[in-house]
Amino acid sequence: MKSQTQILPNSKQIQNSKSQFSFWGFEIGIYLVVLILLVILGFSAPCFAQAISSTELINNAKSYDGKMVVYKGEVIGDVMPRGKHAWVNINDGNNAIGVWVSRAVAKSIFYTGSYRAKGDVVEVSGIFHRSCPEHGGDLDIHAQVLRKVTSGRVLSERINIDKKNLVLILLGILCIILILRQFKPKSKK
Amino acid sequence: MILRPNLIDLKNIGYYLGKIIIGLALTMCLPLVIGLSCGEINPALDFLIGIEAALIFGLLLTKLCYTDNDLSWAQGMIVVSLSWLAAAVLGAIPFYLSGHWASFMDAVFDAMSGFATTGLALVQDLDHLSYAHNFWRHLAMFIGGQGIVIVALSLFVKGSSGAFKMYIGEARDERIMPNIIDTSRFIWLVSITFLVLGTLALGITGILNGMRPGNAFFHGVCIFMTAFDTGGFAPQSQSMLYYHNGIYELITVVIMILGAINFKLHYHIWMGNRREIWKNIETTGLFIAVTVTLIITAIGLDRAGIYPKAMMLFRKGFYQLISGQTGTGFQTIYSVQFLREWNHLALIGIICAMSLGGAVCSTTGAIKMLRLGITLKALMEDIKRIILPGKAIVTQKFHHIKTIFLEDKQARSALLITLCYLVLYGFGALVGMFFGYPFVDALFESTSAAANVGLSCGITSLTMPAALKLTYIFQMWAGRLEFMSVFVLAGFVVAAIKGK
Repeated sequence: MKSQTQILPNSKQIQNSKSQFSFWGFEIGIYLVVLILLVILGFSAPCFAQAISSTELINNAKSYDGKMVVYKGEVIGDVMPRGKHAWVNINDGNNAIGVWVSRAVAKSIFYTGSYRAKGDVVEVSGIFHRSCPEHGGDLDIHAQVLRKVTSGRVLSERINIDKKNLVLILLGILCIILILRQFKPKSKK
Repeated sequence: MILRPNLIDLKNIGYYLGKIIIGLALTMCLPLVIGLSCGEINPALDFLIGIEAALIFGLLLTKLCYTDNDLSWAQGMIVVSLSWLAAAVLGAIPFYLSGHWASFMDAVFDAMSGFATTGLALVQDLDHLSYAHNFWRHLAMFIGGQGIVIVALSLFVKGSSGAFKMYIGEARDERIMPNIIDTSRFIWLVSITFLVLGTLALGITGILNGMRPGNAFFHGVCIFMTAFDTGGFAPQSQSMLYYHNGIYELITVVIMILGAINFKLHYHIWMGNRREIWKNIETTGLFIAVTVTLIITAIGLDRAGIYPKAMMLFRKGFYQLISGQTGTGFQTIYSVQFLREWNHLALIGIICAMSLGGAVCSTTGAIKMLRLGITLKALMEDIKRIILPGKAIVTQKFHHIKTIFLEDKQARSALLITLCYLVLYGFGALVGMFFGYPFVDALFESTSAAANVGLSCGITSLTMPAALKLTYIFQMWAGRLEFMSVFVLAGFVVAAIKGK
């Protein structure tokens, strides 16, 4: 019987082992989730880590040369396609830097900054070149990943009332001067 | 005894100044039309205000100072120097109203930089500037390069000796045609012809570059105006780096060189005298100067080790050098890179190029090739006098359109202007050093301002001291007018205070 009991666990033991098994299963599940999260974060971290400013990149170009950098800013001007790639100029508020990106990725850019529009704000991750051998020595970034952070928009323009009033006042003065010019001074005898 | 200026002097000056200001007001109509056609309402209002202010000022002056008298030499010079100051102040009004300039002084700085074809800029958030304001920045350079007075001469002033005095006062040493009005019109003919060709070349390249057609041609016309008039403003904050295109850079190099050539030489080439290019002292001088400064810059860049390939070194070095030599100021590197990436030898090469400039009667600033050539010829003549026997007759001649025997008067004039430029470069450098900038940095920026170049090593910024901004404004003004008009104005002020 003893051996049986040793060999065959009783129902309580079976229940305990089941709960133990489910506990271990739960714990493994948590570990797996944590592991997956770590893997996701681990891989994504280098791509979209803290963005480096254009001033920092330009001022310390030598130390960033050939390294993977993250740069964020507003797309300005034209997106200029060149074969399978395109040039996108991105301004972070201090300077604009040219980013060499695949043409397919560049198609996701909808708004570019101008007087009429606020351009899409994008974050790029890529190799920084202090003097790019592929592009005649330009300082640029060859993007590997481009992510749109915020979408741009068309800027509406409201008439500035103060300016309008000033135009009218000056126009009045101008008209008075033009009228006064018609009166010729009396010639001296 | 110094004579105090009388009412007739003031009336003569005021009347012609008023006419030139009215001419300036009319030129502001172009950006107004662009603003309206692009649906830019507030920028259009900015230009309406600018036009009205200039018209009020100009009409009042012509009414109050009405005269039939012709200008004297001194009056003509004073009109010119005051016209440039008035243009900078009145031209700055639309800039300031746009909100892209932090203060009115910054707007005046950019307006003076534009009219004097310098290219140093304090504009903020340029990439969001309206088409109208952007066009005005470039048009100001085109007008300034041609000469503000040339614009007015072509429009208003009928053929008179006063016109010639103002023409000379605006640093145009040479009359291309017997009549000064015809000379002005020829300068316009050359400029407009190249404007059409250059805009087409840049516009088509821009489209092939991937730019939208409208934008490509807008950039084309703007870049042409500032390249031909050796100004250096660009529609985007990255200057030439925006385009990422070697062909675009090459076209601008050709336009910059065309702008740096004497209009008189243009005339002779147009008339079929192409051999003049190879014989002229200015073109040969320019070739030698570019070669020497390029060698200095290239050795410097090679030692700095920033560009590992020869082609990269040439493309970057040559572009900044030609931009500096012609007084344009386009950049294919960031300003800070001059100081952080280039070494002092390369910077000295660029400073030398900037300080020498292009041809006289062109749109470039600085000492200029004719003066440099004459100075060197005079030096050679003196050396010959020492070496050769006392009885030997020593003459020195040079070729500039025709063969000219060098006279002491020419050598003296060339040396005086050269000396003035050197003093002006040094003065700006001293002021820069007073505010704590290192010598080479201060000399670079000062030379760029005084020689009306526009290359910047980063000193010109929103945060630079107001006194330094004023110094650069003065340097741009005095450098563009080549001193004489400025000296005459100073003399006029002294006479008004101390005269009897």
